[in-house]
Amino acid sequence: MHINGVEIEDTFAEAFKMWGARLIITAINKRWALTAAQEATGCATSVIACGGEAGIEGAIPADETPDGRPGVSILVFTMGPKGMKDQLMRRVGQCIMTCPTTACFNGLESEKTLKIGGALRYFGDGFQISKLLEGRRFWRIPVMEGEFLVEESFGIKRAVGGGNFLILGESAQATLEAAERAVDAMQDVKGVVMPFPGGIVRSGSKTTSKYKFLRASTNTAYCPTLHRQTASNLPEGVNSVLEIVIDGLDERAVREATRVGIQAACQPGVVRISAGNYGGTLGPLQFHLREVMGG
Amino acid sequence: MGCVSCAGPLRGSAIEANEVILRLRETRSIPIEADSICPDRFVSRSQAEIEALPALFGRRKTTLGELFTVEGGNSEHIVVEGDLRHVKRIGQGMSQGRITIRGDVGMHVGTWMRSGEIIVDGNVDAWAGAHLSGGVVWVHGNAGAMLGAAYAGETRGMRGGIIIIDGDAGTRAGERMRRGLIAVQGNLGEFAGARMIAGSLFVFGKLGARAGAGMRRGTIVALGGTEDSLLPVFQYACSYRPTFMRYYLQRLREWGLPVTPKQIEGVFRRYIGDITTLGKGEILVYEP
Repeated sequence: MHINGVEIEDTFAEAFKMWGARLIITAINKRWALTAAQEATGCATSVIACGGEAGIEGAIPADETPDGRPGVSILVFTMGPKGMKDQLMRRVGQCIMTCPTTACFNGLESEKTLKIGGALRYFGDGFQISKLLEGRRFWRIPVMEGEFLVEESFGIKRAVGGGNFLILGESAQATLEAAERAVDAMQDVKGVVMPFPGGIVRSGSKTTSKYKFLRASTNTAYCPTLHRQTASNLPEGVNSVLEIVIDGLDERAVREATRVGIQAACQPGVVRISAGNYGGTLGPLQFHLREVMGG
Repeated sequence: MGCVSCAGPLRGSAIEANEVILRLRETRSIPIEADSICPDRFVSRSQAEIEALPALFGRRKTTLGELFTVEGGNSEHIVVEGDLRHVKRIGQGMSQGRITIRGDVGMHVGTWMRSGEIIVDGNVDAWAGAHLSGGVVWVHGNAGAMLGAAYAGETRGMRGGIIIIDGDAGTRAGERMRRGLIAVQGNLGEFAGARMIAGSLFVFGKLGARAGAGMRRGTIVALGGTEDSLLPVFQYACSYRPTFMRYYLQRLREWGLPVTPKQIEGVFRRYIGDITTLGKGEILVYEP
């Protein structure tokens, strides 16, 4: 199968189940909403070392946010509810509450919820104020600047982590440009984030290592510098590989983001689109590239 | 809990096919106690069974059928019509459905109500929504004293739900209120939010004198200024833009209340009190 002359390899992306949450951050203007969102999704690229994965889902116009101010939606993913509580407490408490003018609302209706505002409220040292309207409880926590408004509970749901595809290009520049186009296109898909820097990973990993103390190591089969030195999956003419990792609130969203991203990435200078596939050792979900692309 | 955004379109709603319609047979000055006019009691009763439900005419025991004409049965939607100024306790304790009252109505409408909706196309007398714990009471006229308040001897008044008054409300609205929202589009009488424990009380007109006397927690929002200076047991804290206010005012505007963009963006003066009690209550006065 080829798209715009780019080969779509007959392989699949191997994804796994995670838990997801959506937070709506609002602030006095776009700048501060985005600042809080960037802080709250910082150092959240891989669950392996960060405890969670997170990214910005998109901007929300003021007339669509709960308090009528400019907003940004972020998604956070962890391996389980316990880890999610830990991550949300840290990220809301340290990155959003500390940021001037912000408020934080739950953006995911779900039967399963975690008390986040309900736990952070104690920062108010007894002067916190509860507000309950139409079943939604908020906490007003007094801070030096005024008040931080945070919703008591945040919904979490089963989600999908580790969706991915690899862009195999002729040069580093062509590969990066293709990856950038892919990420730009994927940002229009609701319910997904690409948690790595700018949505792109250059240091993809495999799930084994020669060192006993390491759970993951560089993906040698896709490192151009190791071509001929170790078992390689790279065809001739490939000099750079970038990966785009996708976390989504459901399988459909990850599938759609994969489709949109691959379509955008298939440009001159790209040789092949492949996917991270660990022979079924990593996770139960498989996104077959050709099937996703309608082939 | 009922949803006000759903109740909004019900304002002045047309008669539906499956409603039970009660019309007062005769205007009288003797009080009628009609707590049996309640969707919980109508929903599984035929017209004849509804007519046989008990009521008090003065101190005389009687039936609804003697006092009202009844059309329909087996419905949780009730319409009550006539000069109802001496009819009390309509919707008392209701937990479902809707009551539409066409005209002025007597005391104790929707007391102890747990869920559902009461829409009044007229004025309500005292104690409307007293001890409300859920649902929506929307009055398209004025309300008497003790709106959403606590009966004598009770430690807590309104515990949830929403009361919206299009006109004015009398004295002691929200007294001992524990939770929920009262929004009065006109003026509020004296002692609004007295001994309030929590909850939110919004007034778009003037906030009456002695508001918040004895309040422990809770929020009184004066969007139209105050009738008199606040009690000295309230102390000025600061002027600021509370984020929660934006959320509340946005919701109120979505329900059709006359909230202006300036009010949503506005600055409020925060007074804390009553300092002779716990002192964690607040009166937020809008600065136009």
